[in-house]
Amino acid sequence: MSPEDLISRSAEKHGRERKNLIPILQDIVRENSYLSEEAMVSVARELDISPAEVYGVATFYSFLDTKPLGKNIIRICKTIICYMHGQDEVIRAIEDRLKIKLGETTPDGEFSFLPTNCIGHCHKGPAMLINDRVYSSLTPETAVRAVEEYI
Amino acid sequence: MDSSTRERRIAEHKKRVNLIFKKCVWDDFLDRALEMSPEDMLEKVKESGLRGRGGAGFPTWLKWKFAREAEADEKYVICNADEGEPGTFKDRAILQEQAGKVLPGMLVCAKVIGAEKGFIYLRGEYAYLLPALSQEVENFNEKIREKGERFSIEIKLGSGAYVCGEETALIESLEGNRGEPRNKPPFPVSEGYLGKPTVVHNVETLVYASIIISEGPECFKSLGTSDSAGAKVFCISGDTDLDEGIYELEMGMTIKEFVELFSDGDIKAVQVGGASGHCVPRKKFADTIIGFEGVPTGGSMVLFNSSRSMYNVLHNYLEFFEEESCGQCTPCRIGCQQLLKGIEAVKSGEKPSEYLDDLVKLAGMMKISAKCGLGQSAANPFISIVEHFREEIMY
Ligand SMILES: Cc1cc2nc3c(=O)[nH]c(=O)nc-3n(C[C@H](O)[C@H](O)[C@H](O)COP(=O)(O)O)c2cc1C
Ligand code: SF4
Ligand code: FES
Repeated sequence: MSPEDLISRSAEKHGRERKNLIPILQDIVRENSYLSEEAMVSVARELDISPAEVYGVATFYSFLDTKPLGKNIIRICKTIICYMHGQDEVIRAIEDRLKIKLGETTPDGEFSFLPTNCIGHCHKGPAMLINDRVYSSLTPETAVRAVEEYI
Repeated sequence: MDSSTRERRIAEHKKRVNLIFKKCVWDDFLDRALEMSPEDMLEKVKESGLRGRGGAGFPTWLKWKFAREAEADEKYVICNADEGEPGTFKDRAILQEQAGKVLPGMLVCAKVIGAEKGFIYLRGEYAYLLPALSQEVENFNEKIREKGERFSIEIKLGSGAYVCGEETALIESLEGNRGEPRNKPPFPVSEGYLGKPTVVHNVETLVYASIIISEGPECFKSLGTSDSAGAKVFCISGDTDLDEGIYELEMGMTIKEFVELFSDGDIKAVQVGGASGHCVPRKKFADTIIGFEGVPTGGSMVLFNSSRSMYNVLHNYLEFFEEESCGQCTPCRIGCQQLLKGIEAVKSGEKPSEYLDDLVKLAGMMKISAKCGLGQSAANPFISIVEHFREEIMY
């Protein structure tokens, strides 16, 4: 689907009202992993609002990225409870496996490895999300295996 | 306490308090509830003493009463499933296991206030709950439509912003805006979503409301204390040796009793209520009650053993607040940055230890001048950790 089609179809589905801006942006991110400038301008046109408003909303939310990200997004919890249970080693193991640092995207565009705040699996830390799936009670080995499911 | 005694006591607690996760048939309940008048429902919730489980603890019946009395052509009920407070994971468990009790809670609230539309604001991190939850909501909408009700529920997904758990920020987000908290008053019960009267409740509050209406206030009121009636779902994490993290417990326990039950004993501090809560040191365990008369909690209880650095804990929380501050008001935007930089400077020796006193004053100022609960409560962990673990921040 071309980006223009995706946007007009999503606007059609949710309705072209201001209050539906975020679900439309979420649809685009689900499909393309991020919001390009062109996409934000098209959304603004669809909803008849200023592109600055779309940009303002997009940059507020950490899951609405405005920079290109990898096809698969790994978000590892960096909150203290997961840290207490060995999140550091897990991060290092994933960095070694993907040959990138936390916060970076692999050159082939397959993975982004990002820190995030508590994802609600603290009693089973360390925990991470890969796309929409959660992985908990991680060890360096199980974390690498989880990442490899997506290779 | 040895581990078999602990196991036995925990089992006793579970037996005595079992409201949220108990299996039951919801069809019967719906029929019963739909026969009841809104006044009766309101009266039951009032009698139960139920207070909001999202942290602030506002009496549930009063919120309903205000929204009921507000005159408007449209009203809304919102289930706050944003659950972003570090160390909290009970709403996820409730939505996974007992969505069947959350939705009727929204319906009864809607009946009382006169709403026809409800939203569940689910945090983006919980998107994996969507398939099952959407199915559940669809079935529910259909079932109550067949019974002649005009109410329906829709799920909206968050996009990774902790502040959107704050009720007015949540409403801004639902309206398609940046999740920046509004000034209060006006409170959402008079001007909420699209400017209409809106009741926002935590997931757990809605479940208790529906249990109270279906089984009567007594099952709830007979538990807990006079200030903190009933039970509450706790999320236990950190230095606990138990695998399970979620327990429904009676309100009013002391931290000492709590720690004896849920750890092997070597605990030097408990962070009650998540990053925005208070840190209670060991010497205060015995006389600190978990509840509105002592330290309130939205459910998060994080245990720290004697090997943990409280500097690391505070540093992690401050990084969290600095990052999640919406930046709208100066006390919070600048205050969170300065608190973080300040403890780094004291740790490195760049600033003398007395500087911590200035920072405590700054935190106190944030408590009174920040626009919303985020900036106000960032002061809680700061003041309590610096007060009780000053040496750990200094050296
Ligand atoms: C920064 C911040 C984050 C919050 N996050 C949540 C949350 O994730 N879930 C929640 O129920 N309440 C949260 N609250 C409290 C809500 O503003 C509101 O008081 C609550 O949803 C009311 O529900 P209750 O009456 O059932 O407690 C938050 C408050 C603040 C200041
Ligand atoms: S206190 Fe912080 S989060 Fe709340 S409105 Fe001010 S800047 Fe935003
Ligand atoms: S602290 Fe990592 S999931 Fe909560």
